[in-house]
Amino acid sequence: MTLTQRDMRDVYIETLSELAKEDQRILVLDADLMNSNGTAQFLKNFPTRAINVGIQEANMIGIAAGLAATGKIPFTHTFSCFNTRRALDQIYMSVAYAKFPVRIVGTDPGIMAAFNGGTHMSLEDVGVVRGIPTMTVIEPVDNVMLRAILPAVVDLPGPVYLRLNRKQPEPIYEEGTKFSIGHGQVLREGTDVTIVATGIMVSEALQAADLLEQRGVQARVVNIFTIKPIDVELIVRSAQETGAIVTVENHNVLNGLGSAVAEVLGDHYPVPLERVGIQDLFGEVGPVDYLRQRFEMTAAHIAARTEQVLARKVERF
Amino acid sequence: MTTLSTTDIQRLADFATEIRVATLRQFGTLGFGHIGGAMSIVDLLAVLYGEVMNIDPQNPHWEDRDWLVLSKGHAGPALYSTLALKGYFSLEMLDTLNKPGTKLPSHADRNLTPGVDMTTGSLGQGISTGLGVAWGNRLDGRSNYVYIILGDGESQEGQIWEGALFGGNAQLANCIVFVDYNRQQLDGYVDQINPLGDLVAKWEAFGWHTQEVDGHNIAEIHSSILKAKAVQDRSSVIILQTVKGKGCNFAEGIEFNHHMRFDQAQIDGAIAALKGVN
Ligand SMILES: Cc1ncc(C[n+]2csc(CCOP(=O)(O)OP(=O)(O)O)c2C)c(N)n1
Repeated sequence: MTLTQRDMRDVYIETLSELAKEDQRILVLDADLMNSNGTAQFLKNFPTRAINVGIQEANMIGIAAGLAATGKIPFTHTFSCFNTRRALDQIYMSVAYAKFPVRIVGTDPGIMAAFNGGTHMSLEDVGVVRGIPTMTVIEPVDNVMLRAILPAVVDLPGPVYLRLNRKQPEPIYEEGTKFSIGHGQVLREGTDVTIVATGIMVSEALQAADLLEQRGVQARVVNIFTIKPIDVELIVRSAQETGAIVTVENHNVLNGLGSAVAEVLGDHYPVPLERVGIQDLFGEVGPVDYLRQRFEMTAAHIAARTEQVLARKVERF
Repeated sequence: MTTLSTTDIQRLADFATEIRVATLRQFGTLGFGHIGGAMSIVDLLAVLYGEVMNIDPQNPHWEDRDWLVLSKGHAGPALYSTLALKGYFSLEMLDTLNKPGTKLPSHADRNLTPGVDMTTGSLGQGISTGLGVAWGNRLDGRSNYVYIILGDGESQEGQIWEGALFGGNAQLANCIVFVDYNRQQLDGYVDQINPLGDLVAKWEAFGWHTQEVDGHNIAEIHSSILKAKAVQDRSSVIILQTVKGKGCNFAEGIEFNHHMRFDQAQIDGAIAALKGVN
């Protein structure tokens, strides 16, 4: 199976296992989702360096903080909703405030929770962890990127939230592409508008750019995979060069990527902005394709919102 | 309420089979689901909804009704079957499980499903919300009961023991907690992951009136509820010794039967086996 055809969780565990062979500090914790997250394989590879704590996420985060105090680099795993909001105070105080390099890996983010439904749909996870000082927030987009950035994730000084789709992702990058945490990537050049996307929405954004091209609009597409610290330079430059921005995320448009980009624009270079994503609603149950339609997150929706931002740009400039 | 007659027991056993069949059909429309933990609570649901609970399916929000908080919310489909069979909504609606726009999501949702009293799904929380309902009802001078169903894996959550401490001290005689002690959680056996040890001793130590019964024995479940109701000065917990996947021939006895994929033939086979048994 080629890299692009594999589930992200398998690539994740394989890469983490390769790193763990060389780096004894790496440990894995999971809270009764080892078979869902793939960490069961890590446990097989390193029986003494992985633990299933059971269903107790807050305790897991606290244990990870303590492990980090002894020089380990613990990776905690459960669904993104439970690895953030279910243990938020522990993440805030025991991990971040106390300055421990815990790596929090949240799987099935946003609408990827699909059949688990609204109770499990983390549409606020990026927002809540982004508000914690020192936290790095990363949403890898495909297997090439995941494999390439994981070594750097191990070495970051502070805590990290890794927002991980565990299924097979749409391939975006060629093997061998280089990435640097904190730096976005221009996936497609364009002069009329910039679409800034993250996670599973990047492939939709690229499709939207194709649709827009047919209508004579040249859209730049940027993948912001580090939501914090966000790439201020690239966003400001894109605002200056294209004059309008659309953000696209699998998250509430409040507090996530859309808010982060709005902050940058407000601080440095205001231009018209449209934010595609969940419009401050709770999630619901269903297949991912249905949910994309339901929450107006398809390529067609992105293209329509881009046309709206272009109309605002014309009005203003 | 008095002890069950043999006819009553048979009626409730038949009701349990109906619930199991409807639940299997429901899962069959999707091809996957949380089958293990749904099947293990069916006999309890049959006793509660078939005999014990004071409810009005035509009036799900009736203030004096007995409440059920399914803290292990992923067992929703078993509750949905029970509610449909009791007439809260049509049996056809069971075919909409997890379909776009459904009122029957994987995890129990009080705002979507008629008869679902509390929203659950993030494990560990139903004990607290249930205790809150019991306390509120007591403040209002009501005589209705709140039944709370916990999982054993779920009992690894700290919040369960915060609830146990609070509930033990609050002496909520109008609250009965059930622990579905089927010995399994998502990743396998509770004893191999983070064992609960002597669960009876633990709950007793928290001040609860504690019983342990066979969770698939209709008469035992029923009489334990009667005993719990006779206790006026304490909150009650009943630990149900159960089997995960009970009554579903392709799930019962298997380590990884928490969330399974299956085809229609397996569902049909399991239904046929169930009907043969009864
Ligand atoms: C807080 C939280 N953590 C994790 C999960 C994912 N999850 C759903 S069911 C389950 C296992 C539950 O085990 P148990 O309580 O024993 O239920 P049963 O075996 O009876 O189905 C897990 C880990 C969840 N729903 N909520």
